[in-house]
Amino acid sequence: MIEGVGASPGIAIGRAFVWKRATYERTGESLRGESDVEHEIGKFRSAVNRAIDDVESLIREAQGSLTVTESDLLEMQVEMLADPQLHSDVVTQISERRQPAADAVWEVSERVMHALAQLDSEYLHARTADVRACAEHIVRHIQGEPWEALRDLPAGSVLVADDISPLEALTLDLKQIAGIITRFGGSTSHAAILARARNIPAVVACGESLTVIGQGEAIIADGASGQVWRNPSAKIREEFKRKKLALDEAQLSLRSLTSQTARTVDGRALHLMANITGIEDMKDALQYGAEGAGLFRTELLFMSRNSFPSEDEQFDCYKQVVLNANGHPVTVRTLDIGGDKPLSYFNLPREENPYLGFRAIRISLDRVDLFQEQLRAVLRASAFGTLRLMFPMIGSMHELRKAKAILDEAKNQLRSRGIAFNDDLAIGTMIETPSAAVIADLLAKEVNFFSIGTNDLCQYTLAVDRGNEKVKALYDPFHPAVLRLIAHTIEQAVKHNIDVSMCGEMAGDLRATPLLVGMGLRSLSMTASGIPHVKRAILHGSFVRAQEITAAVMRMDDAGQIKEYLNHEVLNWRA
Amino acid sequence: MISKDYTITSMEGIHARPATKLVRLAKEYRSNISLKKGDRLVKLNSMLNILTMGAREGDTITIIVEGDDELAAYAAIDQFLTEELKNH
Repeated sequence: MIEGVGASPGIAIGRAFVWKRATYERTGESLRGESDVEHEIGKFRSAVNRAIDDVESLIREAQGSLTVTESDLLEMQVEMLADPQLHSDVVTQISERRQPAADAVWEVSERVMHALAQLDSEYLHARTADVRACAEHIVRHIQGEPWEALRDLPAGSVLVADDISPLEALTLDLKQIAGIITRFGGSTSHAAILARARNIPAVVACGESLTVIGQGEAIIADGASGQVWRNPSAKIREEFKRKKLALDEAQLSLRSLTSQTARTVDGRALHLMANITGIEDMKDALQYGAEGAGLFRTELLFMSRNSFPSEDEQFDCYKQVVLNANGHPVTVRTLDIGGDKPLSYFNLPREENPYLGFRAIRISLDRVDLFQEQLRAVLRASAFGTLRLMFPMIGSMHELRKAKAILDEAKNQLRSRGIAFNDDLAIGTMIETPSAAVIADLLAKEVNFFSIGTNDLCQYTLAVDRGNEKVKALYDPFHPAVLRLIAHTIEQAVKHNIDVSMCGEMAGDLRATPLLVGMGLRSLSMTASGIPHVKRAILHGSFVRAQEITAAVMRMDDAGQIKEYLNHEVLNWRA
Repeated sequence: MISKDYTITSMEGIHARPATKLVRLAKEYRSNISLKKGDRLVKLNSMLNILTMGAREGDTITIIVEGDDELAAYAAIDQFLTEELKNH
């Protein structure tokens, strides 16, 4: 077995196609007569013409599918091959120094590469690779070897190479390739990036052990672990065939789920949404089938800079996110700093007990100026799509009412400025303190929705800091106390006819899915990549069965027992 | 003979794309078109010459055009370079 670096996940099973660069060694021979000189010059000229033909036909064939940078590089390659200076220098080398054509091309290009390497410019240093590619290309034709070798790979080949240049990568027929393994490179090398972009398993940086692989040898490469097997035994072959099949199926079925609604076999539909931190996240989330953002954490906008973002800057960001959501709702949570999330430019006092201290809504209610700035920005963005506003860390009616009064003020300010916003903007609160969960019946009368934040709810309910090694084992969202608070919150929301969702880690925990569905949640928000997995579980599940599972769990008295039961039930969660 | 000085404004010197265009433009005319930086003088019809000259931001280069279509050649190259330098 060869150990490299996994650069693009997936399993490649195929035959080695060993691609060797023209690592040309100069013959050092001297031409004898004038006829030899003429012959070598002729060989050089026709090699150059054939090389230009190669690149030009590549440009023609790839028309439209090339990026601007790629086609610039190819056009430059043509000009390098056709370069009159290169031409006259090589001819001089052949006729006066009596060098064979390939030696002459190599010597002249080495001079150019040396000159470029002396220059004080990264950009020009990088051009040495283009000059080398140009020289290799001509030399291959002089030696009568086809340059298109990379395009004529047998189907199912595992490409074995030192590394792959941008030009070579462009010539690869990727449909024919089962995988790529390279001797050099890292996870950011061109080969790795290309492989990931095209979903081809790849292992890079395999080192010298790669040089022993023979043409056509049977190869298995695991692009996740970075392991490569030569001539694998029947047992290993079987094992990886099974793995590959399972991976392929999982990929295919997960991808086919994006456009489907998460609906149980007995017709209970759920909204699966993403937790996001910014504009790009929202775009990515849609690819996983997210129906909007159930939690837009605005902290990143504040943390990634040196001063508070202005109202306009915030507005631009919120507006972009809501525009990127393709009409789906986006729930914006107001600033949740303090605790474990400090701001470098905002001087918060050191606290004995930051989680129980000055954080989140407590800061916003204290710094009304900052809070109003954020609220105005959110309100302005609400004119551009479906925005919902959510307050973090609410623990009392007093806090909620104060926050809503400040929101009303912000609305009045916008009205007097004549700026458009959605007056019916939905207002919600996080349920992440035990106090909020316990008074859910009261809160429900004055908000449009709840979102249960299980991480904080769990640590506050159980009085456990999960960052503390000594006690973190006590942190368990399946503790009956936490489950009762969650169940109570959902029950009150349903009773008061307001929306309720969950945006903590538990929402993406597959063990919890039947339980949460059974408790009556209609909306879950999680890390985007988790959405297809939860969706698949729901598609196979039954709402009736989920309610039975929930009833059984709520009768149990121990977190360990509950998890064991759920681990088992999740597998059989079907009608 | 016509000659004119230009100042490079791009941080990385002359990029692949403008260099390619410049070489192709130079090849369209019969005139002898050269590029001078300091005491080094090379023909403009060569990509390798332009790259190895290593012109960088702030450098002054001189274009020298000489031949029977020098007016037309100069006009075309001047227009291209002026546009190109303006865009940086």
